[in-house]
Formats: sequence, C-alpha cells, structure tokens
Amino acid sequence: MTQSRFSWQQLRDSQLFWPLLALAMILLFNLFFTPGFYNIEIKDGHLSGFLVDILNRGSVLMLLAIGMTMVIATGGVDLSVGAVVAISAATATVLINPALANELISSEELIKDVTSTPLWICITAALLVATLCGLWNGLLVSRGKIQPMVATLVLMVAGRGIAQLITHGQIITVYYTPYFFIGNGYLLGLPFPLFIALFVYLCTWLWARRTAFGMFVESIGINARSSFLSGINEKNIKLVVYTFCGFCAGIAGLIYSSNVKSADANNAGLNLELDAILAVVIGGTLMSGGRFSLLASVIGALVIQSTTTTMYAVGVPAMAASAIKGLVVLVVILLYSEQTKLVLTRVVERVGARS
Amino acid sequence: MQGIYKSFPGVQALENVDFELQRGEIHAIVGENGAGKSTLVKIITGVERPDNGRIELNGVPIQAKSPQNAQELGISTVYQEINLCENLSVAENILLGREPRKFGRIDWRAMQAQAKEILQHLEIDIDPTKDLGDYSIAIQQMIAIARALEISSAKVLILDEPTSSLDTHETAKLFQVMRKLKSEGLGIIFITHFIDQIYEVTDRITILRNGKLVGTYDTPALPRLELIAKMIGRVMGDFNDMVQTKLRSDQQREGGPLLQAKSLGHSGSIAPFNLDLYAGEVVGLAGLLGSGRTETAQLLFGIDKPDSGTLNMAGEDVKSFSPAGSIAKGIAFCPEDRKADGIVDELTIRENIVLAVQSNKGWAKRLTKHQQYELADKFIKMLAISTPSADQKVKNLSGGNQQKVILARWLATNPQLLILDEPTRGIDIGAKAEIQKLVLELAEEGKACLFISSELEEVLRTSHRINVLRDQQFVAEFSDAVDEHTIMQTMAGSEK
Repeated sequence: MTQSRFSWQQLRDSQLFWPLLALAMILLFNLFFTPGFYNIEIKDGHLSGFLVDILNRGSVLMLLAIGMTMVIATGGVDLSVGAVVAISAATATVLINPALANELISSEELIKDVTSTPLWICITAALLVATLCGLWNGLLVSRGKIQPMVATLVLMVAGRGIAQLITHGQIITVYYTPYFFIGNGYLLGLPFPLFIALFVYLCTWLWARRTAFGMFVESIGINARSSFLSGINEKNIKLVVYTFCGFCAGIAGLIYSSNVKSADANNAGLNLELDAILAVVIGGTLMSGGRFSLLASVIGALVIQSTTTTMYAVGVPAMAASAIKGLVVLVVILLYSEQTKLVLTRVVERVGARS
Repeated sequence: MQGIYKSFPGVQALENVDFELQRGEIHAIVGENGAGKSTLVKIITGVERPDNGRIELNGVPIQAKSPQNAQELGISTVYQEINLCENLSVAENILLGREPRKFGRIDWRAMQAQAKEILQHLEIDIDPTKDLGDYSIAIQQMIAIARALEISSAKVLILDEPTSSLDTHETAKLFQVMRKLKSEGLGIIFITHFIDQIYEVTDRITILRNGKLVGTYDTPALPRLELIAKMIGRVMGDFNDMVQTKLRSDQQREGGPLLQAKSLGHSGSIAPFNLDLYAGEVVGLAGLLGSGRTETAQLLFGIDKPDSGTLNMAGEDVKSFSPAGSIAKGIAFCPEDRKADGIVDELTIRENIVLAVQSNKGWAKRLTKHQQYELADKFIKMLAISTPSADQKVKNLSGGNQQKVILARWLATNPQLLILDEPTRGIDIGAKAEIQKLVLELAEEGKACLFISSELEEVLRTSHRINVLRDQQFVAEFSDAVDEHTIMQTMAGSEK
C-alpha cells in the first residue's frame, strides 16, 4: 500500500503529470463528443485520421516548443519565433522560385518540378538565416543586456518586414514536388514532419541531458548570481539557447511552407510564438526559469494542437476557436498555480469541517 | 515601543525589545547583520506587524497598518536606495501627489515656490525646476528627506543607511541638515554601520544583538570599545580571564606566497591594500559590517574588477578577472549571502555540489551520474550533511546544511585557496565548530584560506594571522599572539 502511494506521489511530482492529464482529458472529451475521432484508415499507403493529423500539424509546434523550452528555462522568452518561421519559409521558397525584380518567374520550366537552386542549398540557407535571427536575439539579450521580451519583440515586429523584403511582398507559391516531402511526406505510414520533430527532440535531449548544458541552463534560470559565482558563463549559454531557438524556428518554417506549398510573409507562423510559449508553460516550465522538461513541452504542444483540432472536428466556428483555446489553457494554468492548490485545500477543509 | 516580539518561520527576529525616541534627538540603532535592526524599523514603519508588544506615539497607542499609514501618522522613512524619479524636476519630486492646484490644473509657479521654501528651510540652495538626476546622490538624499518631511507633518524621521554612498563632505552636509531638524524638535532614528558617524551626530544609541535588546546608552557616555563589544557580544570583564582555545597548529611557510595582492583596490568599496597568502595558513579578516571585508573577497575572486594594483596567483599575474577564471586558477569563494549568491535552491544537493567542478570542466565534459553521486556522497559523508539522499532539493535543507553544501561545492574543485566569507553565519554551534575544524584541516593539507567572520572569537581561533579592516581600509595586521581586546580596539578606531 505504501509502495503504491509512493509511486503516486512520484507521478504527481513529475513534470509530465499535468500535461499528460490535460492531454488525456482532451482525448477523453473526444471519445464521447467527436464521432470518428479515433478512426484511423489507410489512404494512399499511409495512415490518416484526426490523431495522425494532430501529430502532423503538431510537429511545427513541437519544434518551436523544444527551442522555446530552454530559452524560458534561462528565465527569458522568445517572441520572435513566429516571425522567424516566416523568414525561414520565405528564404527557402524564394530560392526555389526566385522573386527577382518583383516578379515571380513562372515560366513553364519552373512550374514543372524544377528548382532554380539545389534543394539542399535552399534548406541550408533557410536554416542559416533562421539561426542568424536567433543569434541576433541572443546577442541583444546576453551582450546588450536587454530584457528578453523587449529584445525579441524587435525581431517579432521587424521579422515580418524582413520576410516581405525577401519575397518582394509576394505570396510565393511552390511547385517543386521534392520540397513538398518535408511537410507532406510520409515515412512508414506516418507523417514525415513527426520524424523531424522526434529527431530534433532526441538530439536536443541528448545535448541537454547527456552533457552538462541542461544543468547550467537550469542553474542560470534559478539563480543567475550563484551560477556566475560558480563559474558558469551565463552570457554564452544564453547566446546559444536563443540561437538554437532560432534554428528550431527555421526547421518549423521549412515544414510549414512545405505543408501549405507557399510562403506568405504576413501570415506564415502568425501567433505561433504564443502557442509555443503556452506549450512550454503547459509543460510545467516556469516563466521565471529553472527546471525544464523537453518531453513535457512536446506533450504541451500536443495538448494545444489537440485542442485546435478538436475544435475543428466538433465544428466550433473559427471565430470562437481561439476563445475556447484560451479557456483550455486557463484551466491548465490554474491547475498548476500554487494559489489554486491553496484555495482548493481550504475549500476541501471547510467542507470537511462543516459535514 | 515596549516589549516588541516578532518571529518569522524558524527565527525569532525580535524578542522583548523596548525602544524609545524622544523629541529633538538623534538616536542610532546599531547591531550586526541579523540583529533585528531592519525588523524593528519595518515594524515602526508598518511594513511588518509585531506579534506582541505596544507602540505609542506621543503617548497614544498606534499600529501603522502600512507604510502609507505610518506616514499619515507622522513617521517618515528615507531608505538607502533613493526612491525618487530622476527624470522629474526637484519640485515635482518633493510634491509628487500633493501638487498645488489652480482650476484643477497643477499650479506650476506655486509648486516651485513651495518647493523652494521647503528646500530653503533645510538650507539647501538648489534650483527646484531642474531634473533630480542633475544633482549628486547627496543632494538627492536630502531631497528625499525634504519629501519625507513634506508628506506628513513628520514627527519621526527614519534614515536607513543614508551615508553609505556619500563621501565625507556630503556626509557632513547631511549631518548639518539632521542637526537642524533635531533642533526643531524632530526625532530622528539613524541607522548606520559607520562607528565614527554614530559618535559624530547621535545623542543616544540602542544596541540590538540576535533579536534582543542589549541596551540604550547616551552616546558620549559609551566608549567605542564598549559599543563594539556590546554589538558583537563580548562582555568587557571576560577579556582578562578568557581562555583562548586555539585549535590550530603551527604552520611553516615554504617558498613564496600563493597569492600576492599589491596595492589592489577598487574605488568606492576598498582602498588599495597589500596581502600575501601562503599555502597552509589561515588568514583572518576582522572588521565590522561594511568595513570592506566582503569587498576584499570579491576583488580577490574576480567578481569586481580592481581599478588599481596587481594580483598574483601561484606566480602568475592575474589579467582577466572573473569567477570562472579564478576557479580555473584554483581559487574558491564561499559567499556571505548564502541565499542570493550561494545555493541554487531548486537544484538537488548533488547538482549543487558538482556545479563548480562541472563549470570548470565545461559543459561538454559532463560528469557521469555515477561520478556525480560519488562526489556528492563523499561530501555528504565528510561534512555530515543531514539529508535522506543526494537528490533532495537544496531549498529543503536547513541553513547549516545549505552552507555545508556550498562548502562541498568548493571543496570538490580541490582549490589552492579558499575564501570563506561568513561561513558560519546563522548556523548552529555544532556545525560552526565542524566548519572551523574543517578549515584548519584544509590548511594542514596545504591549502591557503582567507577566513572572514564578524565573530571575533572564531577568527582568533582559526587564523594564523589577522588583518583588521575599518572603514574600507586595511588598518593593521596581527600575528598569532594578539588578543581580542586589541583587535576590537583596532576595529573601533581611535577615540576622539
């Protein structure tokens, strides 16, 4: 008996508990209210259905959440990831179909599965630009000593402009089929983006937990002064963390643009930064920094994506969708809050005393 | 104030403290850290409420519910950090929230006139239309006082460390203002660490120690030495028959000094000093709070960058000053403020212990879990840290055990030189003795140790040599054979 109680305690204290509970609640809701939510069929040689869709679309958010987790763990935040998604998307697509002289080249040749730049260069260039964006944020925060929210706000605002400049203000459509595989392909019957996200997660986990990097990040987030006195180079760690966040946003941008087969500087990745932050928060990492769990953030991303997908499935009008999403997030966040726990305990005690 | 009690979780901050302030007097409250000065002030100003006791103002019982409420009652406070707006004018700062109005708008002319009048009353001749930021800290301090007096028809003025960032000249000016206010019947509570200033300006002194009232004395009637003795808790009579139980063994110096500081200094925190530390010896730094003890340690460890002099460690001149660089050179620093500078409270004991070792190795060369546990368990055993496991969060430990964890963090780096700033503060007697013993064992192993403590007895017991600091200067060095009395006299400075 004591044995089982002990493990329950362990489970409840684990950072994975609340995000998993939230996910379970949403899935449970769907079990009763969304007919066909759990149907998985094989279409064109791959799996399809709501669940597969959540994993597919959730990949972008997972990637952003992975990058965001360590930024938030240092006590910072990156508001620019949505804009960096747009920049990355713009860079890749413009290299495939250059928007020179304000005009898209739309000759027969380009439309027919041709790219003007080799695919690997498109991808490398997009990732490079996104990483540079992250580096810029990191420099502002670590060397410029600017508050993270303000520092990344700069790129959040300017980033869309930069993306516009890259695309010359056009929505660039991609016709090059190999590029589609990144966001629409399937491997072993499952969506390819999921494999990218899982691969990045695995690499990041190894980096954070199989080196001392993760511990340094947490230490800085909890007590920067003590960490500095213990010889930890706070500046460089922050620089790396923001740069990595930009890199993740770059990958997300590739998936996103490949998925919708175009790049729209104004709307690509719009408000995604907020979803990414929410995913991390649902994953139990404090906004003030400290302990983080990459897996919990990934589950947090799935919670948000499931909520979104559920609302489409149930048929909530698009206008009301964000309101309901906000409500779900509110409930999860309230569950975390110490104050809520205190109030709940008091209520329970009072009821107990009365009866 | 009578019979004030206040306790915080785990600490009795004030125990049966009486305090009395008369009209037209300047009254110093003194005591070392943790004596209860700030708690007492917080109770007077309504930040905290007493658990027990009574406060009267002009014979009427009061209890300020908040700082605002205290101001309405006539108790104004000027804090160490100036809480004014640099980018507003002097007049705006003084009258903020109570601007004179005409037809609902601010009457700027009246406001300036009013501000000018207030300033003239304090004999400060400045232009009230200029921005506050244009004036020196000293003037800003006086403007803060002007504001404090203007807010309420103040009866009590509390000055919390007002002189800590002022130079001698500015301090003199502040004292002039204080004396004038005193002559007008204001009661002033003056909190400072500077002994000279207490004797210069105050009428009476109330001494607190460990939350208890030591006594209230007329300033001229209390010799400096006795004041220091009362602050740090030694009775004069004890000196003669005190048996010094020195734990330490004799040390031999071999070769040159391990660390050599030549006229190393940092303006504003510590005057240039020379210091040699040899392997195998413990050097004590004695001095009151604010005398420059901690500043010396921070300079040697590379937290502050010196603006004069040179530092040589193990035969090499130190060029870039940083904690990381110092750790690589074999210096360890156990800071004074355990909570803010020491522990990383959400991390486990194991993580806290390996932190400095790991940062010195770099992030890529991670100690394996096995190595980490080995290291942590070794020190948990060696320092007798009481915890069920190395995976406990450090925030769940008691103060003494937290201190041991930090010591462990530094011992794990196997340092040549260990700088300990108040390593035994706030921990129980048993743990204290253990730490003192440990320091001597380390010296015997050939490590150098700089031992800073406000407990003189402890410094005497553990140190081979003692440097005394006063008012941010190294004033004397004593060898082995010195007694507590001499050191206290040096700490206090000359009687004027």
